[in-house]
Amino acid sequence: MNQTIVSYLSKYEFYKTLLGLFGGNESLLAFVIYLIVALIIIGFCATVGGLGTFAERKISADLQARIGPNRVGPYGLLQMLADGIKLITKEDIMPYAADKFLFYLAPLLALVGVFATLAVFPWSSGFAMSDLNVGVFYLVAISSLVGLAVFLGGYSSNSKWSMLGGMRGASQIISYEIPVTLSILAIVLLAGGMGFGTIVAQQKGLPFNWFIFHNPFTFIAFFVFFTGALAETNRAPFDLPEAESELVSGYNTEYTGMRFGFFALAEYIEVFVVSGVAVALFLGGSNLPVNIEVDFLPLQFVEVIIFVTKAALLYYVVIWIRWTLPRLRVDQLMSICWKYLTPIAIFNLVGCAIWMVAFNGKSLAELIFGH
Amino acid sequence: MTPATFDGLMPIVILMAIAVLLFLGGHFLSVYLAPKKPSHLKSTPYECGEEPVGTAWSMFNVRFYVVGLIFIIFDVESVLMFPVAAIFKEMNEMGEGGYALIVFLSFVSILIEGIAYCWKKGDLDWVKSFQLTANKNKK
Repeated sequence: MNQTIVSYLSKYEFYKTLLGLFGGNESLLAFVIYLIVALIIIGFCATVGGLGTFAERKISADLQARIGPNRVGPYGLLQMLADGIKLITKEDIMPYAADKFLFYLAPLLALVGVFATLAVFPWSSGFAMSDLNVGVFYLVAISSLVGLAVFLGGYSSNSKWSMLGGMRGASQIISYEIPVTLSILAIVLLAGGMGFGTIVAQQKGLPFNWFIFHNPFTFIAFFVFFTGALAETNRAPFDLPEAESELVSGYNTEYTGMRFGFFALAEYIEVFVVSGVAVALFLGGSNLPVNIEVDFLPLQFVEVIIFVTKAALLYYVVIWIRWTLPRLRVDQLMSICWKYLTPIAIFNLVGCAIWMVAFNGKSLAELIFGH
Repeated sequence: MTPATFDGLMPIVILMAIAVLLFLGGHFLSVYLAPKKPSHLKSTPYECGEEPVGTAWSMFNVRFYVVGLIFIIFDVESVLMFPVAAIFKEMNEMGEGGYALIVFLSFVSILIEGIAYCWKKGDLDWVKSFQLTANKNKK
């Protein structure tokens, strides 16, 4: 049921040697392996978050015919380290009117919510920390902690800008969860399971085996999912919670120093997470383009590279969209969600269900090429 | 709890614990490194240089409340549909696809009915009350 990294590694010889070192205590060994993998993943994702801020500035500079950060390190690459050091050494200011406990809690919730989603992330067929059989469901549930963090951050600051940003953030994140969930539901329907392992394993092979090209409905569902995911991560054109030209900085106006840094880190990692989820659900996940039945360890690293490359490309698209489209108004935001995306998502869901029964679960490519 | 079920949950607990540790670590690091010169003016809420009037914890637009309510209804609906969707393929392969489809569509029809009702009542419009009174005055 649960294909985890530990159960994957236990197929190899060196696992037994390791087990001998730990005196045959499997739980302890599993704990150590999970701890090491978790540290690697978090280190990687923190780098991705840092690189995200760098890429954001560099790409926006490219789009606006500027140079962007270029002073710190080669090509300005060490800018993220400089930013991090600056954030740590800034004075930590707490507004006197703030709700102190919630003010401390909000960035922590954002961080916990984002890091917990990484547990079910399908890096490759063997390298998933945990393939829960409710994987997608768990991901949708736990990632709404970030919405809670946005609202609590806005509420606890007791500043009017923060309050407005938090209110907008909460209503936007919960609204867009509906089309996103319904689009995911269509994929669950096709895959016949909620675990990421199940879903990714059915998209083996060339691009026309991916779920995005499974049938016309999933093709639309991908765009619904992606639009909703942009809104859930508060990215432009849906960045109303922190609209810098109206609300100063929105829900994190009163945050300074490291706690602001945690909010920013959580946001950039979350963009990577939703890109990864889009890749796993619609764009073939970590599957190699060719079918290789042999199972050996270096291949897993190739799969990880494939997965990360696809996610990074989507990350680029997210940044590209931010610097291309203007921001929406609140009423436009709500009408797009409830009057367009949600009905389209329901239509896709019904379409997928009927397709499943009518064509016996075959994809469009299978119907055309007949294999 | 058997070890097998715990095996799947252990990474989640570890990742959450690391997140908490990272947060505390960053917090204490900044306590050590950051300057500490508090003043009353510094800790006033930022209102673009104006002196803040009153508290931010006041009345807010009731639309947010309505959106929250609609969300809860739809979210519960979609949560209930997840198990149905998960076994749909299996049912289809067993040759019970038509039955599963009818059950599924009756589920979805409740959802569609809900959204149609909200739409008709005008709960999906952001400026509902204003528009309705404007229309009545014309007639």
